[in-house]
Amino acid sequence: MSALRRYFRPEQVRELVLVVLIVALALFFGTQIQDYYTGRTFLRISTSIAIIATVAVGETLVVLTRNLDISVGSMVGFTAYFVGTQLMRHNDIAPLVAVLMAIGIGAAMGLLNGISVAYGKVPSILVTLGTLAIYRTILVEYSGAKTVVANLLPQWVLDLSSMNVFSIGELDFRLLVGLALAVVVLFQLILTYLPYGRHLYAIGSNPDAARVAGFLSQRIVLVAFVLCGALCGLAGFMFLARFSNITVVAAQGMEMEVLAAVVVGGVSIFGGSGTMIGALLGAAMIGLIDQSLIRWLVISEFWRRALLGLLILLAVEGDAVIINRLRSLWVRSELQMAPKQESQ
Amino acid sequence: MARSATSPAGGRNLLLGAWERLKSWEGLLLGVLVVIVIINSLQAPAYLSIRNQMNLLQLFIEKLIVALIMTFLIINGEIDLSVCSVMGLAACTFARLYELRVPIEAALLIGLAVGIACGLFNGFWIAYVGLPSLIVTLAGMIGYRGLAYVLLEGRSVGYYPEWLNRLGQQPFIGPFPLVVVIFFVLLVGAIIVLQYSAFGRYVYVIGNSREVARYSGVKVRRVKMALFIVSGLVSALAGLLYAARLGAVRGSTAEGFELDIITMVLMGGVSMYGGIGSLYGVLLSMLVILNIRNGMSLVNLTGHVQTGVIGVLLILSVLVPNLARNIQAILNRRRMSHLAGTLPEAQELP
Repeated sequence: MSALRRYFRPEQVRELVLVVLIVALALFFGTQIQDYYTGRTFLRISTSIAIIATVAVGETLVVLTRNLDISVGSMVGFTAYFVGTQLMRHNDIAPLVAVLMAIGIGAAMGLLNGISVAYGKVPSILVTLGTLAIYRTILVEYSGAKTVVANLLPQWVLDLSSMNVFSIGELDFRLLVGLALAVVVLFQLILTYLPYGRHLYAIGSNPDAARVAGFLSQRIVLVAFVLCGALCGLAGFMFLARFSNITVVAAQGMEMEVLAAVVVGGVSIFGGSGTMIGALLGAAMIGLIDQSLIRWLVISEFWRRALLGLLILLAVEGDAVIINRLRSLWVRSELQMAPKQESQ
Repeated sequence: MARSATSPAGGRNLLLGAWERLKSWEGLLLGVLVVIVIINSLQAPAYLSIRNQMNLLQLFIEKLIVALIMTFLIINGEIDLSVCSVMGLAACTFARLYELRVPIEAALLIGLAVGIACGLFNGFWIAYVGLPSLIVTLAGMIGYRGLAYVLLEGRSVGYYPEWLNRLGQQPFIGPFPLVVVIFFVLLVGAIIVLQYSAFGRYVYVIGNSREVARYSGVKVRRVKMALFIVSGLVSALAGLLYAARLGAVRGSTAEGFELDIITMVLMGGVSMYGGIGSLYGVLLSMLVILNIRNGMSLVNLTGHVQTGVIGVLLILSVLVPNLARNIQAILNRRRMSHLAGTLPEAQELP
């Protein structure tokens, strides 16, 4: 019993519930939409999840430190557009250079956010509300009302979105999906095993205690924002590879989907709790709903945003009411168990 | 508490208070405002004419109205990010009902009721369940906007009766259109309530320390609930006025207004952490933003650049005071250590 309890913490219960919900949703949409279980649907949903999940990983790093980054949509849009124009002008840029350029630009934008939050002591919501507008402005001004068009991009970018890592029967796993999964796994390992990951949790659970304990809080928060920016840059590149045609409104409003993914995935908005696997599951749920609603004819797709808002609220409220109660139940039963074990 | 008591203490200190205030953040804002107005007047000779100034006020009046209640909320230590979505939802509800040939007065009233309902919903989670307002109203911002889109589905609804359009555009008393009159009535009401009434003191006390307020017998939950309901109502009113002024509503009505509104409040010297600030400062920063935006239009800067500049202002309005405080602290420490080094009796220092 106690071993079971050790392996099934409330967080895992939550993630299991999410998995059940996702399967239930997929089954439900299967009964509603014709030809739902096809390779095409899977492709569309998995690519959509890949981009949301990559950004959600970055957002999770920031949210773990009890901060919030709502400028992600503008960062993704800006990198997608900027790298797109560079590739259009210089067709000979090597793939690796293009990816590194995207990551670098994202990191630079994240650095600006991070400095203002960590060293300027400005609340993160205000900084990123401001930079959400600022980065979009720079993009609009830089673009000069032009768009990135597919037929001017080098061939390898266009091929990228149809490259497979492997296929199971009809289901193709695209390179972009593999990349996103690699990012999730990498950062989950960082969170679990590296000191930096544990520091993120420590700062988020109790910022004052972390500072008193001698953590370099400011630097850790700064790095979280920079990493978030870098991942947005990577996602921007994936966005470019997926859509090829990029306008100045690219990825506008993505911050809402990402926030919904993170919160639904069980990353606590109060900081200090949550996993990358959870964020991935959250992204999967949001991506599934997103792409299925487009094809479900019963309700109009305008319900999407209303549903997102409702989901965020339900997730946060569920966290506050149910998970906290579960957690205290766990702690209480562990306390009851403790003396018994000693007597044995 | 001393820092929050911004209302004039008494008659004999009034002049001194005025001078003190001039040296402060408000003084800085006033200086900036004067400079901007002078620059703008040089750009366009008719800039200071009453007609142009009325025009200016009219263009931003909805944001100004919502900024009033936002001041209350931020001083109270909360924030409402959903205001613009409530504006949009109220306007869309009205437009949808108008489309369905509901009597226009009833449609307006239902629009206001929708605002109250949104405020109740936000307030319930924040005041009674205890969730942070940031996340509740962020969810509200996304959700209410979604509902607004659901109502109109990408259509635009217009062609309201003549009198409704006239509310927002034609002069009502003297050169003032009705919306401007409403704004000034609300402004005076807000100043009286926030700076001179018991309720206003509660708002400050709760913003300073929720715990202290609760132990002092302030009904914290009720005050917060009231603020969020009023916030919903005022936002709905602003949304309806916006609809009347524009003469058309769509799902995206008033989208992105929160940036301007929150910037107005924070640049007015209201602390993001609650308990500090006054409506006088907010009024000044409203005028600054109004004139900056107009000045940028005069030199042909587009709306997008203007939004970017407002974003920079938002960050600077919190960053600059923080930096100033840090520098002040460093200077103080240096002076203290210097004095402590030269004087033998360190305990006599103030």
